Amino acid sequence: MRSLIRRGKQNSEAGSPANASSRKRRKSRAAHDPAPSRLSYRLSRLWLTPSFRRMLRLGVPLALVSGAAVFWFHDATRRQAVTDRVAEIRRTIEERPEFMVRMMAIDGATPKLGQAVRGLVPLNFPISSFDLDLEEMRTRIERLDAVARAQIRVRPGGLLHIQVTERVPEVIWRVGDALYLLDREGHPVDRLDTRTDRPDLPLMAGVGAHEQVVEALDLFSAADPLEDRLRGVVRVGERRWDVVLDREQRIMLPEAGAVAALERVIALDQAQDMLGRDLSTVDIRNPARPTLRLTDFAVSEMRRMQSLQVGAYR
Amino acid sequence: MTDLYTSQRAMRRMRKQAMDRGVVAVLDVGTSKIACLVLRFDGPEKFRASEGVGSLAGQSSFRVIGAATTRSRGVHFGEIDTMQETERAIRTAVQAAQKMGNVRVDHVIATFAGARPRSYGLDGQIELADNAVTDGDVARVLAACTVPDFGDAREVLHAQPVNFAIDHRSGLADPRGQMGNRLAADMHLLTVDRSVLENLLYCIKRCDLELAGVASSAYVSGISALVEDEQELGSACIDLGGGATGISIFIKKHMIYADSVRIGGEHISLDISKGLQIPLATAERIKTFYGGVVATGMDDREIIEIGGDTGDWEHDRRTVSRAELIGIMRPRVEEILEEVRTRLDAAGFDHLPAQQIVLTGGGSQIPGLDGLASRILGQQVRLGRPLRVQGLPQAATGPAFASAVGLCLFAAHPQDEWWDFDIPADGYPARSFKRAVKWFKENW
Repeated sequence: MRSLIRRGKQNSEAGSPANASSRKRRKSRAAHDPAPSRLSYRLSRLWLTPSFRRMLRLGVPLALVSGAAVFWFHDATRRQAVTDRVAEIRRTIEERPEFMVRMMAIDGATPKLGQAVRGLVPLNFPISSFDLDLEEMRTRIERLDAVARAQIRVRPGGLLHIQVTERVPEVIWRVGDALYLLDREGHPVDRLDTRTDRPDLPLMAGVGAHEQVVEALDLFSAADPLEDRLRGVVRVGERRWDVVLDREQRIMLPEAGAVAALERVIALDQAQDMLGRDLSTVDIRNPARPTLRLTDFAVSEMRRMQSLQVGAYR
Repeated sequence: MTDLYTSQRAMRRMRKQAMDRGVVAVLDVGTSKIACLVLRFDGPEKFRASEGVGSLAGQSSFRVIGAATTRSRGVHFGEIDTMQETERAIRTAVQAAQKMGNVRVDHVIATFAGARPRSYGLDGQIELADNAVTDGDVARVLAACTVPDFGDAREVLHAQPVNFAIDHRSGLADPRGQMGNRLAADMHLLTVDRSVLENLLYCIKRCDLELAGVASSAYVSGISALVEDEQELGSACIDLGGGATGISIFIKKHMIYADSVRIGGEHISLDISKGLQIPLATAERIKTFYGGVVATGMDDREIIEIGGDTGDWEHDRRTVSRAELIGIMRPRVEEILEEVRTRLDAAGFDHLPAQQIVLTGGGSQIPGLDGLASRILGQQVRLGRPLRVQGLPQAATGPAFASAVGLCLFAAHPQDEWWDFDIPADGYPARSFKRAVKWFKENW
């Protein structure tokens, strides 16, 4: 009975009963046969292929984006516009007050050296700290003779701080007529006009003397007892030292053990006042056989005295 | 014979390849439904170091990750007769299973019930060159089997060595390494119609799939429905399918006989349809809801509305009692079982030590079938369901899926077949020499 009622309803809705039922049947048959078409079957298999999935998920978006970018940048004016814009943004960030350097301070340098450093770093303040090449500035400053080491940093508050460590002159070196101040490592610090400008520093001469400044300084400290007579040291043949005293006296030292040899000579001097005598050279180049050279006057005087003694005996 | 050898070897190679890739589909092309299961081989058993059969007969090596069934179209008696329709049905099933497993399947192992399978028992024997049996000797003894003339239109589906004998000792499963003078082998050869097989291959090829193996439906449903001792002691598996009923006889874990009766569940539906003058779909529905083979007094009072869609009130309000329905079904079921009985008798089933009969397949779900079958086939009848395999959906655990599940087991642990042994070396030179002579004759 229920089906009859339902049928009646259908009739009222659809008009012709045969038409309605046949439509319904066609629909249901189509639902029963869900066979995929060859195309959809192949597509679904393709979709299940892992490499294809990966390509689609990664490769295609990548290709699209890069293709669009290439197409857009193909035009030179657009490229120019983008680079300009980037430069402008960069500029605005760099020129913010936090990044500006307004002044420079130099520490640890004499006023003269400070002037030289300022001359080497010609900056128009204020300048952005992004435009400063600190490393390059440092090497430029360290190329100055008088500068041993330089530290440059940008301090908060827009201060460019240069900390300079100066070379300390230890010795004067005479080359020809010129006088140079050298530090302990033999590095030139400055020129000197006259010897009397720095009477506190010892003097040395000779080719290659600047390579052995430390030994020279040792010699000077060893020659402390002779200080009032000491004129300087001379490097001979780039291998050994001569100590020059006043009255044209010269102590010729060996290549090796120069300081010890000098101390021996000083000991002899202190014991027997050797250097006070009239001799021109103390030759201790061969430490086993020290030799003395007398002045011409002393030789003739000695000969005379010897002949007197011989005559006395005779 | 060499063509067969190469094609079967190619299929076996394909299966190995599929195993390496880890995914293979099994496809049961039946008359009433097409089932597709997608297997993934990634269990611990796959990476087992030692040889031989693993635990659970190698079943733990795979799991079912996709399963789909669709109504079969264009298949009759287990044979494809409308290729486009069947192709569409296979596509439907494969696509749905792929979708469920979310994996693309390229290799498929197929089974079908029809094609008039015929069994041959072959034997051959050789003298052993040295006393110990080697792989080469096994290949030689298999090659020495006298192959009967089964005709040009037939193709070998299975060729399984079932028994080896050395001198007077018979019943050896694996003779390799044993001592003796004479090696004999028994082989079971199953042939089917070539055209049916080729149709199936063509259909599968049209679906862009590679065939990695073919098996007889009777054989694989026997694998899944028979328990181990039944296979060992001797039993028959009756697969009551839609268009054909497969029979396979097992003993000592080998199939020794297979046959099929070309009547099945569809014929019962057809009888109901004709007898009650109702559409086939309604007949099928009534059969599955109310069918039976043993009528009782209660069944006279159970009235079934069989309906209709003509618009004629009298015609559309017809009813039938369940007893009448049973009266239509029972003769056909009896006919099937009697046909099975004659096939079993012809095969000498009554000589087996145990004569267990297992009914499986969709048709075995008819209520009361076991009672009827025990009257016709003998006392030892039981209803069989397929083995449980890992991952199989509940909907696919019924007896209708016996052959699909059996095919999974077949894929996981295939039995040695003739073509698994290397072709004997002495076969080659004569052949190639003949070829060379032929080439000279043709070209000079």
